[in-house]
Amino acid sequence: MNKIIVQGKARGTVLKTTSPINFLGAVDKKTGMIRDKKYDIFEKSIKDTVFVFPHGIGSSVGAYTIYSLKSYESAPVAMICQKADLTVASGCALANIPMIVVSNEEFDSIQNGNEITVDTKSEKIFN
Amino acid sequence: MELTSEEKATLNGEHGDTLQTAYRILVATGEATNAEKLIPITWAHLSGVNYNTIGDAGEEFLRELSKDARVKVKATVNPMGIDFDHISEFNHIDDEFIKKQASIRDSYIRMGVEPTFSCTPYDIFELPEKNTQVSFAESNAAIFANSLGGLKTNKESAFSALASAITGKSPYSDLRKDRITTPMTIRMKMDNPNELDFGMLGFFAGKVGDTSVNISGVSQPNRRSCKALCGGMGTSGTCAKFQFVDSEDENSEKVDFGKEEMNEVFDELNTAEKGDIITLGSPQLGLEELSDLSKMLKGKSFEKRCMIFCSRVIQKQARTLDYINEIERAGGEILSDCCTCLTPLIDTNETDAVTTNSIKGAYYLKNSTGVDVNLKPLSKIIEDETK
Repeated sequence: MNKIIVQGKARGTVLKTTSPINFLGAVDKKTGMIRDKKYDIFEKSIKDTVFVFPHGIGSSVGAYTIYSLKSYESAPVAMICQKADLTVASGCALANIPMIVVSNEEFDSIQNGNEITVDTKSEKIFN
Repeated sequence: MELTSEEKATLNGEHGDTLQTAYRILVATGEATNAEKLIPITWAHLSGVNYNTIGDAGEEFLRELSKDARVKVKATVNPMGIDFDHISEFNHIDDEFIKKQASIRDSYIRMGVEPTFSCTPYDIFELPEKNTQVSFAESNAAIFANSLGGLKTNKESAFSALASAITGKSPYSDLRKDRITTPMTIRMKMDNPNELDFGMLGFFAGKVGDTSVNISGVSQPNRRSCKALCGGMGTSGTCAKFQFVDSEDENSEKVDFGKEEMNEVFDELNTAEKGDIITLGSPQLGLEELSDLSKMLKGKSFEKRCMIFCSRVIQKQARTLDYINEIERAGGEILSDCCTCLTPLIDTNETDAVTTNSIKGAYYLKNSTGVDVNLKPLSKIIEDETK
């Protein structure tokens, strides 16, 4: 765990993509469904997952998408990125979603579909 | 990040929920940008104004927040979804949208923002002196401020800029300190680029660059091209700044932007051979662009609907200077307080494809509005679509 952006502890199934995410446009703000065909996780839902992606891109309003997902109970339980960006950081801060930044090696080692726990207090990710 | 005792107390909720929330956002964004402290800012430009983008959750959040939150510094806001002065001409917009959009507008006004509803604050206001710290959320405006305006801002998010507006503070990030070492250099290989080419260059640079990029091979683009570059760059990545360079830093990684790279961007965003309507403005047009447009339209008329987006302030100035007459005579519809990006004014039941010269507009037309896009530079739009 390189950096803790938003504290917390959560357990869920990993949904991982290696494409940066533009929350405004790519993610349905009510259901959490990925609706941009370009993504390898197209038509998958980020709801209740530990969402693992490199970093956020594009519109600053993407932060509202993250907040909206939380309001509709469609948000990920935690987010893990390789690089912190302001849109994802501030969206998670307001929505109280634990968010951490990991090293490239750690990012590569996280397997899609695995059940994991993110705990910022012990600074650990465990199965 | 080190906080003063006063800041710590606010983070612990001693000054109420609103400021506590604002500080929670500032701390998270501070961690994200490696800032060691918070510093004062003098101007915040907020995004998250269009009901189409923030939805019911956003509308409710702002309604609640505006009960006690007040901005502490000068604050301006991004476009809404619609132009209230012309809404009666757009029958497909439902009352729910209008009601919720009005609520969002009123919440921001209650918090004390200046109702600019523009993505081009740099066209409306005289910029403060060089190196002034500001917090701009609109990506094209943040890039413009850092790269051409001499100001300092992060590429803020909607919430980080809002937190800055309410507290008057922002994390002291590397970007604010000018501490980005040897950014990547994008070598512009296209001759005589027009504004569409600059938009594509920006889109490409945003994808391959990190926080800041150098651009070589470019000489003095006009304002339309500069705005297109900022708009394109803000759409595709996290890049918050560029600088035009004459000589290339030998330590800097170099990437060419030539015919092949340009075609790749074009093919990603251009999905139609012609449009049912035309939109001009994302970023919203400034005075100089409206002046150019009025000259280009002399003696001509649009053969299809053409929506032209500019801010309310600029529209007033352009009317006084008599630029708007010629544009309206040619059939152009001047719309304010909104923009091509994510406006529901484009009726998708009647519109399959839109012609535009905006790369930023193209991205959101395609991915959010859900229409096809026909990309052309302005000169070609006038040539093909007027008689």
